Amino acid sequence: MDARVLTDAPLPAEDPRRFLHLEHVQKTFAGGANVVANFNLSVKRGEFVSFLGPSGCGKTTTLRMIAGFEMPTSGRIEIAAKDVTHLRPNQRNVGMVFQAYALFPNMTVAENVAFGLKVKKRPAEEVRARVSEMLRIIKLPNHGDRYPYQLSGGQQQRVALARALAVKPELLLLDEPLSALDAKIRVSLRQEIRSLQRDLGITTIYVTHDQEEALSMSDRIVVMNEGHVEQIGSPFEIYNFPRTRFVASFVGTLNLLEGRVVDPASGRLAIDDQEIVAARVTGALKPGEVRSLALRPEAIVLGDAGEGSNRMKGTIEEVSFLGAVIRVRVRFRENAVSLDMFNNPGVAAPERGSAATVSFAREDVLVLEGAGA
Amino acid sequence: MKRSRVGSWVAIALGTLYFVLPLVATFEFSLKMRRGVYSFDAYSAVFADPRFQATFLYSTVLAIATIVLGVLLVVPTAYWIQLRLPRLRGIVEFITLLPLVIPAIVIVFGYLRMYNSSSILPLTGSAAATDVLLTFSYVTLALPYMYRAVDTGLRAIDVRTLTEAAQSLGASWATILFRVILPNVRIAVLSGAFLTFAIVIGEFTMASLLDRPAFGPYLQLMGANRAYEPSALAVIAFAVTWACIGFIQIFARGKGVRPDGR
Repeated sequence: MDARVLTDAPLPAEDPRRFLHLEHVQKTFAGGANVVANFNLSVKRGEFVSFLGPSGCGKTTTLRMIAGFEMPTSGRIEIAAKDVTHLRPNQRNVGMVFQAYALFPNMTVAENVAFGLKVKKRPAEEVRARVSEMLRIIKLPNHGDRYPYQLSGGQQQRVALARALAVKPELLLLDEPLSALDAKIRVSLRQEIRSLQRDLGITTIYVTHDQEEALSMSDRIVVMNEGHVEQIGSPFEIYNFPRTRFVASFVGTLNLLEGRVVDPASGRLAIDDQEIVAARVTGALKPGEVRSLALRPEAIVLGDAGEGSNRMKGTIEEVSFLGAVIRVRVRFRENAVSLDMFNNPGVAAPERGSAATVSFAREDVLVLEGAGA
Repeated sequence: MKRSRVGSWVAIALGTLYFVLPLVATFEFSLKMRRGVYSFDAYSAVFADPRFQATFLYSTVLAIATIVLGVLLVVPTAYWIQLRLPRLRGIVEFITLLPLVIPAIVIVFGYLRMYNSSSILPLTGSAAATDVLLTFSYVTLALPYMYRAVDTGLRAIDVRTLTEAAQSLGASWATILFRVILPNVRIAVLSGAFLTFAIVIGEFTMASLLDRPAFGPYLQLMGANRAYEPSALAVIAFAVTWACIGFIQIFARGKGVRPDGR
């Protein structure tokens, strides 16, 4: 077969809905540990997707398989309709930003940003122009001659981002890039990353164990646990309509209660002998069955909200002053809920040990599949 | 508190005397070539001796060749051990320590048996081939120092992340090794290089038994036949070693890399 035939061969058409596509991807390490099991995901071009989960859930391993640093035990990875499953990392045109910055200590900021372009043997003038542009974008236009150790953590991570983007990668991978930074820098930098990603329209995969980061930055979130995908959805869906107990408990603060099904048709359940009605139910209810109920603290109010709401009586067990809010814990008998009140200096905080009524809408109670702590 | 401080100073003074006194005595003796007055006649005689120049030049060339070979052998090995085969670190460290345990004379007799003129690889059959063999033997002798220096340098940087960062930017293995890893262990490599230089310049056993005109056998020859020149040569050899250590200190303050190696 001559070269012309090869070059003239039609490229597979790229489906914009599956710019990055992972199909039945699995990773098993030596010793049989199944780190990632049957991972399926399609990411649209320009989409920002976060992998969210606790340590050891497989999110970084999945990212490293996309980058090419780990080979999947089975499955297939496509980028822009091209099978990259067995390509080396330097053949994938993927930009990566690491938690530990990974700037080359022997090179200046400008040399770091220029590295990928020089590797690709771009003309010197183009390299200079692109480095200047990237330094301007990350708001460090006068830091080109500095060495990494002369920069703060936030500045180093911005340089790492500029270096990854300088080569115009098809896909940007960020592996917990803000974990090593302090809280204020994290918030400002995550806004910068998101706005930069929107401006460039680059497809991005972001690994984090910080739910706030994932919720605030992502178009979609992949919640992972023990190598499995628990749920894929928009931040709104993940927060408000968690499909599993794990998602419900991992994303946001959540009250988990045990309730016994009284009437499946009306959604009536008994919590410590007090009946409530749940409007959102996962799976079919059976009479007498014990189910977990999820209830966000912000959905609960202290006091009697009147007819149409669920009302439960209990005793105030704990009152924590958190600044802008006061967190109150109300115990029924076996079960307890936490709720947040705005801190109003004109209103006295509830007292520990006093009787209290809490109210919450029927729509705010989510009955999860299964039971157990 | 005060007593312990006095004790410390006494220990330091005794240690200094133990190390410095023989050097001072050797230096003082080397200045006594001219009867009744101190002079540098012994040094003039040494520097004027064509054998000194020839043997010093020979050992310098071999030292440089040893350093180049050592770096090419050790840096990729230590890098790969750190990156991909950390479980083999113990074995490799043991192997690199062997030259400290096995006497040089045993190694050189092994070479003579393996590479004599009637063997499959007769490296002792010609002067040039013996020079190559001597260089290899010097690489072996310097291995513990070079490997340790490079390994320490590699442990001070995040080899895996730097490698992956370079890979994601499209770099090949050669680019990663020569443009990312090697510059970041430059100080460690230089330390190993200067230690190697100091070892090779004064090495006697291997060069003598392989019958090569190196500086070590020349020192021995002078010591057996002259009075003052050997002292001058000893001082010169010490000066070379100290210069090497001085260079290690100077290069350890390289720009762009923190003093702690990061």
